[in-house]
Amino acid sequence: MLVKIALAGNPNSGKTTLFNALTGSNQFVGNWPGVTVEKKEGKLKNHKDVIITDLPGIYSLSPYTLEEVVARNYLINERPDAILNIIDGTNLERNLYLTTQLIELGIPVVVAVNMMDVVNKNGDKINIKQLSKVLGCEVVEISALKSTGIAEAAQAALKAAREKKEVVPQHSFSGSVEHTIAHIEEAVLHDLPEQQQRWYAIKLFERDEKIIEKLKIDVKTLSHIEQDIAKCESELDDDAESIITNERYSYIASVIGSCYTKISKGKLTTTDKIDRIVTNRWLALPIFAVIMFLVYYVSVTTVGAFLTDWTNDVLFAEWVAPAAAAGLEAIGCAAWLQGLIVDGIIGGVGAVLGFVPQMLVLFLLLAFLEACGYMARIAFIMDRIFRKFGLSGKSFIPMLIGSGCGVPGIMASRTIENDRDRKMTIITTTFIPCGAKLPIIALIAGALFDGASWVAPSAYFVGVAAIIISGIILKKTKIFSGNPAPFVMELPAYHMPTLGNLLRSMWERGWSFIKKAGTIILLSTIVIWFASNFGIVDGKFAMVEDLGQGFLASIGSLIAPVFAPLGFGNWQAAVAAITGLVAKENVVGTFGVLFGFAEVAEDGSEIWGTLAASFTAISAYAFLVFNLICAPCFAAIGAIKREMNSAKWTWFAIGYQTVFAYALSLCVYQIGTLIIDGTFGIGTVVAFVIVALLLFALFKPYKQSISLKTKGVPQGM
Amino acid sequence: MKLSNLPIGRNAVITKVGGEGALRCRLLDMGIIPKTRIVIRSVAPLGDPIEIRIRDYTLTLRMEDAEKIEVDPIEGEAL
Repeated sequence: MLVKIALAGNPNSGKTTLFNALTGSNQFVGNWPGVTVEKKEGKLKNHKDVIITDLPGIYSLSPYTLEEVVARNYLINERPDAILNIIDGTNLERNLYLTTQLIELGIPVVVAVNMMDVVNKNGDKINIKQLSKVLGCEVVEISALKSTGIAEAAQAALKAAREKKEVVPQHSFSGSVEHTIAHIEEAVLHDLPEQQQRWYAIKLFERDEKIIEKLKIDVKTLSHIEQDIAKCESELDDDAESIITNERYSYIASVIGSCYTKISKGKLTTTDKIDRIVTNRWLALPIFAVIMFLVYYVSVTTVGAFLTDWTNDVLFAEWVAPAAAAGLEAIGCAAWLQGLIVDGIIGGVGAVLGFVPQMLVLFLLLAFLEACGYMARIAFIMDRIFRKFGLSGKSFIPMLIGSGCGVPGIMASRTIENDRDRKMTIITTTFIPCGAKLPIIALIAGALFDGASWVAPSAYFVGVAAIIISGIILKKTKIFSGNPAPFVMELPAYHMPTLGNLLRSMWERGWSFIKKAGTIILLSTIVIWFASNFGIVDGKFAMVEDLGQGFLASIGSLIAPVFAPLGFGNWQAAVAAITGLVAKENVVGTFGVLFGFAEVAEDGSEIWGTLAASFTAISAYAFLVFNLICAPCFAAIGAIKREMNSAKWTWFAIGYQTVFAYALSLCVYQIGTLIIDGTFGIGTVVAFVIVALLLFALFKPYKQSISLKTKGVPQGM
Repeated sequence: MKLSNLPIGRNAVITKVGGEGALRCRLLDMGIIPKTRIVIRSVAPLGDPIEIRIRDYTLTLRMEDAEKIEVDPIEGEAL
């Protein structure tokens, strides 16, 4: 028989380390249905019939955050055979708060007290036997980091699951609360199994809307129990939610009093000492800047760039591609198929896979920052700035990384817990010019601005401005409206993560990207390759010699008028923008090919003259703005899809980016020509309307909404 | 007085927790309830948020949220 064990605990309690230790490499990583909260399951080592589900790290079973809703829906709807509750021994008080809720569910619970090595080292004592007695469930000591007690914890959970011995909560609340809870049980819950009644009764006492909805309680009964609750509230002179919280914490105080001796009180811990410097009012920002510089420098400029260049220029360009070409030649493969495989697939997917080494280096560093506890400090330091634009303090990291490459930048957004902040960050991160957009900047600067030194910085300025404007505008739309999620965040104690955990986290993220490259990106590059290399020649469908005759060129001519108001309505520019979807640096190469040069330098210096003839300074800058802001390359779109975990949101993101790019670019061209040439037309009017709309969207008041919406979470999960 | 007005390093006891909905629930869940000792440890470089110590662990709060918590300063050494 299949046994299901749920692993529950606070964030930073060592849950992931324990999960890895319990399951080894037998893990499946996915998402909880309908939401972007990561779901991990695995088989217990040496037990094929035991599935362990790693619940999101939560502090409570309240219905207010996505993580809490996901975890509690799983527990009450799936009813696993046992819960293994991991708690941090160095912070019993807050960790036990969740425990008091878990043991009310009527599911067998085993409590694993983690970080016992640290507790012992501090000289503190936890009386495990006594703790087990007062909680009414089995308690084991473990150290997930040192891998001690893991097997015992697994055995205890397995035993509890097999014996189906429900925990009988040992704590009772004060008289009038118990009285009301008994009333509620009697009035609405008598149909439920007895061991489940208490949890539901307490939730009804707290007026938990999701539970009221789930139990389909009619208005009459509801008003009946409402009277009881109101009576209890007036008796205790407090509201229901806070009565229950109070009761729990006073109960925890009594538990701790009976089984915990702390002698290390008052001493400064290592974390305190580190934080005196790291979050110090004057030192915090310089230290943060240095750490960010190091992360960027190592992952984007040095190690990462070296590995990525090697993968692109040596592995794929010198080894894989020639080897594939030779192999295909040898078996007498048709020329077009050879072209597709070597130029289309290996060239296209290779360009994307080339980012993998860089991403892996970055993910390793990010995993370290997260696991050691510094990531929470980043949010603390940067919160003030970013929340003004509807973003999170942690949004800084994706944007910084995005200046190297948007793909890892988008994937770095995963460290942002709040769903809304994360989505907003994903949408805006690629506005920062990435490494592949630099050649476009160099091309435009060189061809039309005499290589003026202000062009490149202005591109970054446009990117940052686009982020700020989008942040403010999107925050005021219906989808992103509502109060900001409460920023009540724990600053966990610093600790040294294990290399194994870091490597695992790095690989999980890297692998999910590689899988994406193998599917959506592969498909897209094939389509683009076909469209550019085939066309109608002399009335027949055939492969074309010159890209100017291909389908892509026809599509380019077809959509070129769309770009006319932006000042670059020629088909070459349209085609270049499309091939930019494969990789942004292709824009330069495409211009080269379309203007009849076989090979161009990275900044396209050969075509500067031709380009200068078909663009004006203003239309070239409009072209630059459009390409900086519009939908990113396929690799980045793939990353957006991966992180949004929803086709709808992915389309929204690239749709928004492209429309926004179009609007900005239009304003640049139309208002620019008005200032310089004094040309005034319909386009100018449209540009001013857009500016007016933007200003209106920027300065209109916020829509207020009272509750944080967690809609979209299927109830039946 | 409001928690947001409490000087850094000064001990206090929570007397009332305001706010509503998700924020209030979150504050309560994290153990910010009346009769609990609390102290502000430091302030972020840009003046907001603040770092507080409660129930033997460290938490960050925004100033606007700290305004919703009433405290009574008490004597004694910092937690």
